Order: sequence, then C-alpha cells, then structure tokens
Amino acid sequence: MTTTENRPQFKVVGTRPVRHDGLEKVTGKAKYGADVILPGMLYGKVLRSPHPHARIKSIDTSGALKIPGVKAVVTAKDLPIQSDKMVELGEAHANMKQIAENCLANDKVLYKGHAVAAVAATSPHIAEEALDAIKVVYEVLPFVLNVDDAMKPGATLLHENMVTRAVLGGKPDPAKQVGKSNVSSEMRWVGGNLEQAWKDSHVIVEREYFTKPVHQGYIEPHVTTVNWNPDGKITVWTSTQHTFGVRQQAAAILQVPEGMVKVIPMEIGGGFGGKINVYLEPAAAMLSKKTGHPVKMVMTRKEVFEASGPTSGSHMKMKVGATKDGKITGWQLWLAFEAGAYPGSPVAMGAMCSSAPYIVENFDVSALDIVVNKPKVAAYRAPGSPIGAFAVESTLDELAEKLGMDPMDFRLKNAAKEGTRQITGAPLGKIGNIEVMTQVKNHPHYKSPLPVGPNVGRGVGMGYWFNIGMQSSAALNVNPDGSVSLVTGSVDIGGTRVAVAMQAAEILGIRAEDVIPTVADTDSIGWTGVTGGSRTAFATGIAAINAAEEVKKQLIARAALMWEVKPEDIEFKDGLYINKKSPKDSVTMKQLAAKMMMTGGYVTASATANPRMAGAAYGAMIVDVKVDPETGKVDLLRVTAFQDAGKAAHPSYVEGQIQGGAVQGIGWALNEEYFHTTDGVMANSSWLDYRMPTSLDLPMIDPVIIEVPNPGHPFGLRGVGEVGICAPMAAIRNAIFRATGARMYHLPMNPGSIVEAIGAKKAAGHTNGAAKK
Amino acid sequence: MAKKVIVQANLNDNDTEFLSEPRQSLLEVLRETLALTGTKEGCNDGNCGACTVMVDGRIVNSCLMLAVEAEGKKITTIEGIAQADKLHPLQQSFLEEAALQCGICTPGFIVAAKGLLDREPKADEHRVRHWLAGNLCRCTGYDKIIRAVLKAEKEL
Ligand code: FES
Ligand code: FES
Repeated sequence: MTTTENRPQFKVVGTRPVRHDGLEKVTGKAKYGADVILPGMLYGKVLRSPHPHARIKSIDTSGALKIPGVKAVVTAKDLPIQSDKMVELGEAHANMKQIAENCLANDKVLYKGHAVAAVAATSPHIAEEALDAIKVVYEVLPFVLNVDDAMKPGATLLHENMVTRAVLGGKPDPAKQVGKSNVSSEMRWVGGNLEQAWKDSHVIVEREYFTKPVHQGYIEPHVTTVNWNPDGKITVWTSTQHTFGVRQQAAAILQVPEGMVKVIPMEIGGGFGGKINVYLEPAAAMLSKKTGHPVKMVMTRKEVFEASGPTSGSHMKMKVGATKDGKITGWQLWLAFEAGAYPGSPVAMGAMCSSAPYIVENFDVSALDIVVNKPKVAAYRAPGSPIGAFAVESTLDELAEKLGMDPMDFRLKNAAKEGTRQITGAPLGKIGNIEVMTQVKNHPHYKSPLPVGPNVGRGVGMGYWFNIGMQSSAALNVNPDGSVSLVTGSVDIGGTRVAVAMQAAEILGIRAEDVIPTVADTDSIGWTGVTGGSRTAFATGIAAINAAEEVKKQLIARAALMWEVKPEDIEFKDGLYINKKSPKDSVTMKQLAAKMMMTGGYVTASATANPRMAGAAYGAMIVDVKVDPETGKVDLLRVTAFQDAGKAAHPSYVEGQIQGGAVQGIGWALNEEYFHTTDGVMANSSWLDYRMPTSLDLPMIDPVIIEVPNPGHPFGLRGVGEVGICAPMAAIRNAIFRATGARMYHLPMNPGSIVEAIGAKKAAGHTNGAAKK
Repeated sequence: MAKKVIVQANLNDNDTEFLSEPRQSLLEVLRETLALTGTKEGCNDGNCGACTVMVDGRIVNSCLMLAVEAEGKKITTIEGIAQADKLHPLQQSFLEEAALQCGICTPGFIVAAKGLLDREPKADEHRVRHWLAGNLCRCTGYDKIIRAVLKAEKEL
C-alpha cells in the first residue's frame, strides 16, 4: 500500500478490524431476502413471455384460479395507472411507467422472459404449475437483437412513438433530424478543431469494437416478500441496494403515498447495480392485496438471467491521432449501446468516463442509446465505463505501439490532472490519475521480465469512475457501557457497516468494536441514498462523522458540567476528555457514559449529510497471460490491480473491492456473454453455460492501494467500489496481442475467437509474405 | 400432489424426523420445512455451490439431492459447523481474512472447505482452488477465500 502524502495518522481508519456482521454470516444465522418466513405466507411465481417481441391479444387466468391452492392471479391490468414522471434512481433516471411495464407487460412483451402474469399459491410448486393454466394469446412480431439491426431503416419498432432525443453538449440539438426510431437518444460532445488535429497527426489509428451484454451475476437471486394490510400499510422485506428507492418505486407504481410503504432491508447477496430497480415488488404487492396474505417471490436463476440485469452490449468506433512525440491530437469516439427493452443504457457515462484519464482537446464523441428485444439493462459496477474503456484503452495501445512508445509512457504523456477539462467541459477535481499511472510504471510487476516461454504477453489498461455523493443519514446512541449504537439506512453489501462504524469510532476516540452498527428500515432512519455509485463508505461515512461530532460535543458539555468548567475548557485528545484547568482531571468516554444519567440523560445524535465532492477514482491493471494457440485458452499468470482509494478506511475491504472488480472484468474479458440464438432466445441462461470465473480460473489478484486524499471527505476517502472493473478487458486484450500477435476487437475473447484471430493473423502474414516476393 | 414421506436422518448431530414430498429437494426441506436457512440457494441446478452440505462426510449440492434420499444419512449444514460457543477455524479465518463481502456464498464455501480439510489437511493453493471450483463467489475474486482456507489449515 502506498501513501502519497504526509497526513495525520489515524487510530482506527486504516486498520483491519473484524466486521460486525461477520459472525452471523459465517455461521449461517444472517437473514437474507429468501430467508423470510411469515405466518400465512403465500408463494408467488411469474409467467413469462416465450417470444422476444409480441402483442398480447388476451390473457385468460380462469384455469389457474381453479387449481386448488391457487389464491390469486395478477396482470398489468391490476397495477394502478402510472404517470410518466421521472424519478432519481441512484445512477440512472428511470421512467416509472416503464419500470412498471417491465414488472408486468402491458400491451406488448419486449423480450423473451418479460413478465406477463403472476400467481400466488400455498406452495411454490402449485404456483409454478398454475402458470401453465394461464392462456395468453400473442401476435408475434419481428424483433431486433443488436444495435445495428435496430438502427436499420424499416426495423421493427419496440416503442412505436419513440422519437430520438438529440443532445449536443448537454443541450437539445435542433440541427439534428430525428424521427421515430429505436434510438432513444443521441448525445454528442464536440470541441477544438478535429480537422486540424488529423492534419497534425503523425499516426492515426481507427478501430471498431463489439461487446455483448453481461450479467452482474450476484449469487442471490432477486427476492421479495410483501404484505399489504387492509389499512393500506404495505411492508416489503427485500434484498435491495436501495430501500428508499424501492419505497419510491413501489409507491409510484401502486399509487399509494410513500409513507404507507415500509421497506425492511434483509441482508443482500450481491447487487453490483442490479438490485436498484424493482422487478417483483409490484406483482407481490397486488397479490398480497388480493389475498390478504404476505406473498413471497423468488426468481429462479434462469429468470435472473432472462429478466434482470444485464449491462449493455455495444458497437463502438474510435479514431485517435498523435504527434510523433506521442501527444494525442484528435479523438473521435462513437458508442452505440443496447439499452434492452426500455431506454436507459449507460452509454453517456461510457463516453465520458473512457475519455477521462486523458487530455483530449480536439474531439467529437457520440453516444447512442438504442432499444433492442432483450431485457432492460440495469446498472453494473461503473455503468458504461468498462465498455468505453475497452475501446479506448485498446486503441491507445495500438497507437503507442505504432509510435514505438511504452504504453505507460504514452499514457503519462497525455494524462489528465486536476483542472483538466473533460469532454463535457467540466474540470476534473483533485484526482490520482498520474499517481496511479506512475505506480503502474514503477511497479515491480511492470519492470519484471515476462515469464519465460512462448505465447506469453503483458498488457495494461486504465479505468475511471466519477463516484457519487448524495444524501445519507445516521443516528448515534450512546449506551451506558460507553459503546455506541450506530443506525444508518445504507444496506451493507460488502463491509460498509464496519467501514462507516470505523469513521464514527475515529471521531470519538473509541475502538471500531465499540460501535454497534445497524441497518434500519425506511421508517426508522432518515432518507438515505443507494448503496451504489461507490458512495456508501464516503457519504454515509460523513453522516456518521457528523453524528459523532455532535455526540462528542455533548460529551464535552457533560465533562464540563462534572468539573464545573466551561465546555471550552475541555480538551479532547486520544479518546480522553481533559480539563485544561486541571489537566490531571481526565475521563474516557466510557466513564462519561456511565454517568450520563446524572449529567442530563442519555446522549443521542442524528445527522444527515449530502456531500457533493465524491472524489473520482482511477484504476489500472497489469496482467500477464499465456495463450495456447491451439485451443485459444488464456491463462492468467499474474494480475496486479491498482486503485486510488483516497484513504482506505478498511484496507481489507478496499482490497476486496479491487479484487472483486478485477475478476468481474476478467470474466467479461474472457468468457461472459448473453448468447442469443437467431430466434431471440438467450441460449445460456444458467451458470453452466454462462460461465463466470471460478477459483480455478484465477491466480491471486495483487491489489495496490494508492492514496491521494479526497478533499471532499474529512479523512480523504474516495469511493472504491466500482472502478476496478474498468481496466481488465483492455489490459487482457493488449496482453493477448503481445502473446500472439493477434488483435482482438470483440468481447468476450473466448477460445474460439482467439483461435480464429490467430488464424486470420497467420493468413494475413502469409499474404504479406507472398506480396514481398 | 404425491403423499408426503417420513424421513429419518441425523441432522447436525440430532436425530431428526421430517415430512417431505417426493419431489422436494433436500435444500428446499432444509430451508422451508426445517427453517435451516443458513444453506443458500443461488441457482437450484447444481452450478454455484451455495447450497453445499455434507452428507455422510461428502460434500453435496443439496439442491440436487431429494430430501427423501436423506433417509438414514448424517447431514451437516453450516449451522452444525461451529462447536457450541467456539467457531470452527475456517469460520474464524474467514472473518480475519475478510473472505466475505455479501456473504451469500460463505456458508457453501465453509462447508465445502471443511470437506477438503477433513480429507486433506495440508492441501496447497492449487488443490484448494481445484476443490472449491464448484463454489461460485461473485464478490471477492476468491483471493481472500483461498487465503482464509490456507490459514485455517495452519490452525487445525
Ligand atoms: S443452489 Fe445448489 S448449486 Fe446452486
Ligand atoms: S461474498 Fe458475495 S458471492 Fe461471495
């Protein structure tokens, strides 16, 4: 681990205590969404469309309702009418009506697996059998499965009235001709003088890339249990990244006041962005309303693949030029992302983030959001950024090679720094981009000779994610034994209870173990944003710090009262409250807490923070690969992943984020894809066929934490959750080139495609050879 | 619905009797009938290992075994790994090594790793990776899980 600046040393922040919720999780006692069992509970199952695109002519549920044990059936008709209002859902705006239609299809199904009806019964088996008794008449329609087909003139339209929203530099672009189309929006940023830039270029590289949708792959399927009481109170037990977001979406779709909905967060078995939008709650709520019983619904893994997640597939083009000494001249990027069935791909973020590590002065960047007959995409770890980075970091590698420059020297020469304007015109804040690049260049891995043997190569790549702030709330209650209960609204997916508790402990001068963190439901804590956007340790941390400062203030007043001095006469140092008038008088928090009842009662405090300067994060990867040219199999020999954490609150969990992001990126690079057959059906909707990395596919992932403090946080924290997934695809791709001479332009780079690329390379080599003779 | 069957098995050292439909998996009965929800469901088709339990000392994906097949067997689930107030060394090392993030895969990994260490207490890194290849974790990248298992070997 590397600290780049001299800063005050912390007592708790930066240490590695055991997480508070760990014991329950290693003994099987922790309660996840699927572990909810309620009196009188019914089980719900969903009937899904067998067609990728069809009009629903009729739905006959009468057969299902005749089956013993079946209690209710719902369809889209049962959902209260929704308005078109937009809501803020973490990282993406989502149209509420479309969220509702995604939960239960209205007049059309837009992808294979689209929910059409739901059944509640006394057992999950009966509910499942009842699905067969629902008769749906479809008028099957033509469908489109990728951005290029979706843009063709005459292509079938998913949303017949959708008109492209054209945006130039953040404002509507009146010059652009738009019409009815599957392109929901086309955003464009231009700057400088691109024509001149190409003239000034010594080398220009122009390349084209294709990627497939990939799933977040959380091990816990979507699950919810909803109880709708006759008095109108609705309770939801669910695994979500955002309790308040579920409350907002459920209330809007069910047309009830938000205050009538209480969302109780269960432990969550992974999310990565995929557990922000609701899928099951509206149907479960209506089934509960109809039956008067709580209704539990759990997706199968096939349903998770076919009807939740994934992130976009894409088609991208990049043209970039540089002067002889390696300065980037022109930058042209065209990104077209699949949004799935409804608009809202992360294509704009892909465009902005992939350009963010570099000084880009002359540019023309376009980002197209395109609907296709596949499941609606959801956020996935640094949404959009890894896809854009694959194109940018791959093209830059070829440019550096043509210039004969070391790939890191080339990047350092063009590295963005504080104040550099991004393509949006916004200047970058205090960032660790150059520090990360420098660490890569100086790292022993980068300097070491390649492992001996044929078909071995090394590659690098960079990544960027802006991170978000938003509102978080925290409450602290001092207990008579000197411990402190910490209540937040931030669901803990990967160790944020401990990371937030440590920040409160740091302020109060107590141990992390003396803070007892709880994640509360939406009735029991102030509004708190999503556990996503890499914001939780940062923003909820600041809320906890603010509450702890308030507790400290009150405890200082109590100490002053005890010694009959003014609060200004009390000094707080290393966990001790000291009487400056008589420095031998000092008490610990424990002693003050024991006397709380005599000095004015129990000490409590609550705080809300809404920080803006989340502190952008840069990451990088160095990877050594060995490729078997016969089979196309890629073995990862050594992986080093770098990331600027600002300040690592709990280094083990920061390392865990870096390693986890790296491995999701490795899966994306080498294996993972939604494989659709020509009939519009996902052919690999199980983990047998959608192959995520296993322990046997990987070496250790060596994490390097870089700490360039974020001025927007009292201890310097930056978000750490997401950026680690951005670099791997291009890094591995660049390593494969050095191992084999073959350049890859498609993801995933699976064995078949690598054998093909090596073959094509050989064929081209032979032709060239012949031409020379 | 076929008639339920009475099944007798030893569950976490207790002789237990339960009713099961012939079609119910051991996983479903553990979770829904016996309220042993520590065993998790990730896929219900044998591809993730979240549902790993031990049956007569062998690790089994409980989603792939019918509950009626448990008749006369000795079953150990995650709830049976710790001894009274003492954690198993694997549980302790998972905590200390931060080998879990969301924790949904953790019960399956701990039961599977115990199956390895019971047989091969000195398994090396490659062997541990090989043995645990049937357990998916999407959060950690496995690094800290492998380290935790290797650390537990030293404690045993
Ligand atoms: S739930 Fe049994 S292997 Fe996945
Ligand atoms: S810790 Fe989340 S799946 Fe393993």
